Amino acid sequence: MNILTGNDLKSGAVVWWTGETWSIHVNDAALLDDDAEAICAREEAARNVNLPYPIEATRDEDGIRPAHTKERVRALGPTVRPDLTLKPADPDIGNWVI
Amino acid sequence: MYLYDSYDQQMVDARVAEFRDQTERRLNGKLNEEQFRPLRLMNGLYLQLHAYMLRVAIPYGTLNSRQMHALAQISGKYDRGYGHFTTRQNIQYNWIKLEDAPDILADLAKVEMHAIQTSGNCIRNISSDHFAGAAADELVDPRPYAELLRQWSSFHPEFTALPRKFKIAVIASDTDRAAMRLHDIGIQIIKNDAGELGASFYVGGGMGRTPMIAPLIREFIPLDQLITYSEACLRVYNRYGRRDNKYKARIKILVHELGKEEYARQVEEEFAHLLNQGVEPPLEELERIKLFFDDPAFESGLSNEIDHSDPDFARWVDRNTQRHKIPGYVSAVISLKPVGGIPGDASVEQMHIMADLAKEYSFDECRVMHTQNIVLPHVKMADLHALWTKLEAAGLGSPNLDTIEDIIACPGLDYCSLANARSIPVAQKIAERFADKGCTEELGELKLKISGCINACGHHHAGHIGILGVDKKGVENYQLLLGGSEAQDTALAKITGPGFSEEGIVDAVEKATEVYIANRTEGERFLDTYRRIGMDPFKEALYG
Repeated sequence: MNILTGNDLKSGAVVWWTGETWSIHVNDAALLDDDAEAICAREEAARNVNLPYPIEATRDEDGIRPAHTKERVRALGPTVRPDLTLKPADPDIGNWVI
Repeated sequence: MYLYDSYDQQMVDARVAEFRDQTERRLNGKLNEEQFRPLRLMNGLYLQLHAYMLRVAIPYGTLNSRQMHALAQISGKYDRGYGHFTTRQNIQYNWIKLEDAPDILADLAKVEMHAIQTSGNCIRNISSDHFAGAAADELVDPRPYAELLRQWSSFHPEFTALPRKFKIAVIASDTDRAAMRLHDIGIQIIKNDAGELGASFYVGGGMGRTPMIAPLIREFIPLDQLITYSEACLRVYNRYGRRDNKYKARIKILVHELGKEEYARQVEEEFAHLLNQGVEPPLEELERIKLFFDDPAFESGLSNEIDHSDPDFARWVDRNTQRHKIPGYVSAVISLKPVGGIPGDASVEQMHIMADLAKEYSFDECRVMHTQNIVLPHVKMADLHALWTKLEAAGLGSPNLDTIEDIIACPGLDYCSLANARSIPVAQKIAERFADKGCTEELGELKLKISGCINACGHHHAGHIGILGVDKKGVENYQLLLGGSEAQDTALAKITGPGFSEEGIVDAVEKATEVYIANRTEGERFLDTYRRIGMDPFKEALYG
């Protein structure tokens, strides 16, 4: 499956396309049914997102998992600074990335 | 240190105003990303894995306490409470908001700083010896020449769209502490047989995917022709550098393909043409700049005695201080490599403390090393214990300069969009392994450098032990290299063989050190032993 990601124009934060808007949580990401190119063009023109692109991901009981390590690092935050990730209270969250 | 005149300040202020306007136009949709990207990069603003990243220029790594305080304030006000000192003597902030970027540049301009020449295909921030003006072995202070080159290269209209980025380092001692021959141009200030000062030019070095050691192109250029010769070197590159292929566009490829003799011949031809064109600034300008780098008011007649009765203090002194040109003084290195920490990172509080210590103990000056540590260049020996006590209290007193704990590591896949593998966790695990074993000191000088991709920001080609992170079918994998050096005995490390997993690379480094310990002779460093016994014993231990 594919999902869409990009960066928020103002903050630069990593964001994921939910089907209606952009979320910082990868588990909010929607599977891409529509034409990704059209969504990217529309959303970028509206300045809702910067440099969007589709990526491969899988969905299991824990949620959505991007296929590539780099995208999992983007989804979480730096593995060496758990306090700066989206799940600072989870000491094992780095294992999800790798 | 150099202080801006009204022209410098006007240029920087004008750039801030220009970028503020460009950012507003991006945010209100008048510029799209394709149009805005080159403009933000010209102001050091990248888009990295988690957010915008701002790289701030620190010319030749020199800062005063006011500037270090300002860098700390930016970390606290606009970022997440820390900054990352880089292998180009700069600082990077990892969590910048686009809408804040113009305000940050304005704050930097108030303390004579900016982010110009930290990105793009221009002449980048000039780097130099972090012990400049203090080292006992230097001929002269190289920074006035670095500053002259900075002024020449800033906004140089001919060199703002080079085939690729261009890095220059300047040193003035036979001991190379700036990786001079691994730069596009390495300049060494020397004296000729007649006792006249001049510059040797090494051109065409670099790391990255095609590492090369710069050959000597011109042995001696009089200092009143320094800029003209530099211009000639750049002109030949600008004319013939490979613009058709990004991966072959650095000057090292041109020099390699032409051959150093032919490249030098073309430079000489251009140089002869330029000599009558008025390129060289008047010598008075160099003399004006030199005044800013006069020695501070050193005391004379100080004792060279240091009380070594406190063993922890003695260990730090032995490891982290450097001989100074003035009796009674040393240069003290503040390690940003605590075991288990992130190489080169400093918190807001630590930056403020380092600024205060520079003010109190080092004539208001500190330096960023390309090895991602901080130098207080002029510390009285009598003040060392008080300084060390304060560093210890701030978590800045690690006695590990040039040891296996003093690892250079690029941000890697934890932060960098170019990276293929993480560097920082590997650095942490290696430092922890050797600290736990308690053999760091026994291993002596051992420079370990880690890059998370082939671009080599972590200088892995130049490590006594180098590690390159790669992506192997979606899994991080680490290649081991041995035998590199970025000092005066510059050498490129050689790969040992197949790569290792994240855990495996830590074991592999340990095995390599065991080979060293088993084979070393009295006084030999790891690098010396490697050079004497060659790769085979290491391969046997790693793969046999």
